[in-house]
Amino acid sequence: MSEQTANAGNGMLVQVDGVEKVFHRGSEDIHVLRDLHLQVPAGEFLALMGPSGSGKSTLLNLIGGLDRPTNGTVAVAGERVDTLSDRRLAAWRARHIGFVFQLYNLLPVLTAERNVELPLLLTHLSRAERRKHVDAALAVVGLLDRAKHFPRQLSGGEQQRVGIARGIVTDPTLLLCDEPTGDLDRKAGDGILDLLQALNREHGKTIIMVTHDPHASARASRTVYLNKGQLSNEPVT
Amino acid sequence: MSYLYLVWSNLKRKKLRSLLTLLSIVVTFVLFGYLSAIKQALTGGVTMAGADRLIVRHKVSIIQLLPESYKARMERIPGVVLATHQTWFGGIYQDPKNFFMQNPVVPEEFLDMHPEMLLPPEQKQAWLKTRTGAIVGRKTAERFGWKIGDKIPIQSTIWAQKDGKRLWVFDLVGIYDGREKNTDTTPFFFRYDYFEEARIGGKGLVGWYTIRVKDPAQAAAVAQKVDAEFENSSAETKTEPEGAFIQGWVSQVGDIALITASILGAVFFTILLVTGNTMSQSVRERTGELGVLKAIGFTNAQVLALVLLESCLLALLGGTLGLGLAWLATSRGDPTGMLPLFYFPHRDLILGLGFSLALGVVTGVFPALQAMRLRVADALRRM
Repeated sequence: MSEQTANAGNGMLVQVDGVEKVFHRGSEDIHVLRDLHLQVPAGEFLALMGPSGSGKSTLLNLIGGLDRPTNGTVAVAGERVDTLSDRRLAAWRARHIGFVFQLYNLLPVLTAERNVELPLLLTHLSRAERRKHVDAALAVVGLLDRAKHFPRQLSGGEQQRVGIARGIVTDPTLLLCDEPTGDLDRKAGDGILDLLQALNREHGKTIIMVTHDPHASARASRTVYLNKGQLSNEPVT
Repeated sequence: MSYLYLVWSNLKRKKLRSLLTLLSIVVTFVLFGYLSAIKQALTGGVTMAGADRLIVRHKVSIIQLLPESYKARMERIPGVVLATHQTWFGGIYQDPKNFFMQNPVVPEEFLDMHPEMLLPPEQKQAWLKTRTGAIVGRKTAERFGWKIGDKIPIQSTIWAQKDGKRLWVFDLVGIYDGREKNTDTTPFFFRYDYFEEARIGGKGLVGWYTIRVKDPAQAAAVAQKVDAEFENSSAETKTEPEGAFIQGWVSQVGDIALITASILGAVFFTILLVTGNTMSQSVRERTGELGVLKAIGFTNAQVLALVLLESCLLALLGGTLGLGLAWLATSRGDPTGMLPLFYFPHRDLILGLGFSLALGVVTGVFPALQAMRLRVADALRRM
């Protein structure tokens, strides 16, 4: 797809066209994604399912600007992510993308509020303004009273909530969640899914969630399936 | 939260490791401070030596004596303003460990020759009036708790009195201070006339002369004239600038600059390895976290800066503490009491701070580059 089309305002927040991703391991080429097309409108809660090794996280990384496609184009909010330089890509991610990781990926040496504040260090906000945003994000996830606690003092579910707070504190265009409930028990996982649903329905957040759990994908407004590097709307049997 | 908070938090990650590395750096810079003070003690006299003063000694060896009659002949040489002599007394005060230099001198011309020695006028007058009078530098006086009026007994290893005794007793009539920080205030001086009258042997002979030249630019030429004056005599002379003379003494200990540089070089190399290892380990353990920072939007340059800042903060903290401790310790003076001067020069303090910063940069640059080059997707897998 041309750059013009990506910016044409077709209502699609995410536009992935003809994307291929090949990893080179020694003399071997591993084709993880093949001629993949995906469109995600603004405000959608999309679940991306597939067996292990199907390329779900790879696709998420391409959309989030953490990796570049071997071929094809990736556009998010009209920006051709695959053509940005490393420095501009970092700035773009800081502004547009919020990440939620399976293993929370909180910095253990920082308290909850300091972890949530990390993305705001890249803005020009004053200390007081950063504090307001942090408190607001922690309030959304229901952990304002645990702001001063370190990750080791929080349960798995609470740590993931802090991870979500960190992901939304800059009010990003897109929230990318890689197996957000993968390390949690059912009850804690449900809490996280409730939160993601609320962010989508009440705050209009566009969310792409990678999961292998049908119970999680049921919370999304749409589910697509990835198998052997290709997408379909039907589950793999 | 500023970046500094993030850096400081990372340093507290493994408190014991950071503390041990910090202590290593502190010890290194304490050693740096002490060695700087020792180097200054041994070589400082060279820089303070009078540009207009020459030392005239026996050509064969400093321990060979020169005739007292040389004074008048030297003062007749064009370019020579004043000549005065000293003689090595080699005395012991209570214990051989209590070393300090004691020399008989001619008071007025000696003080005239050494204006850097500040003696109150009334004490000078007392010295001129008291045949057994002696003056001592502030450092030695404080070392032994001497006061004006004390009797100071010194056992000479070289000079006996007419009664055969080697014990000489002096009346302390003056305590002098140094005009400059570098001025040696350890020596003890007493009157030559008392020494000459009381000693057996060596009559009319002195150790060495100090002469003042009218024009320092002509010092070399005057030195040649002095040596030419006494050539082919029974006591030929070697005349050299005071700085060179002092340097000669110091060189007998060894090449001080090379010795201290070698010790410090070895120590710094070791601390480089220790701190470098600490930083490398720290970055390796945080590969996933660094990936998270990059995923959030930290640029490669920002990640590099964070790691470098961490190593520099550790090095500067340790360096500042070490230099500060060295400063405090050396400001209490020479623990042995024997060194003519003992202090941590300002220029070396600033140099030390520079070294600590350089240590931080050198030990942090490689891990910082590693962190900078991390691919985000690969790093996140290692969380």
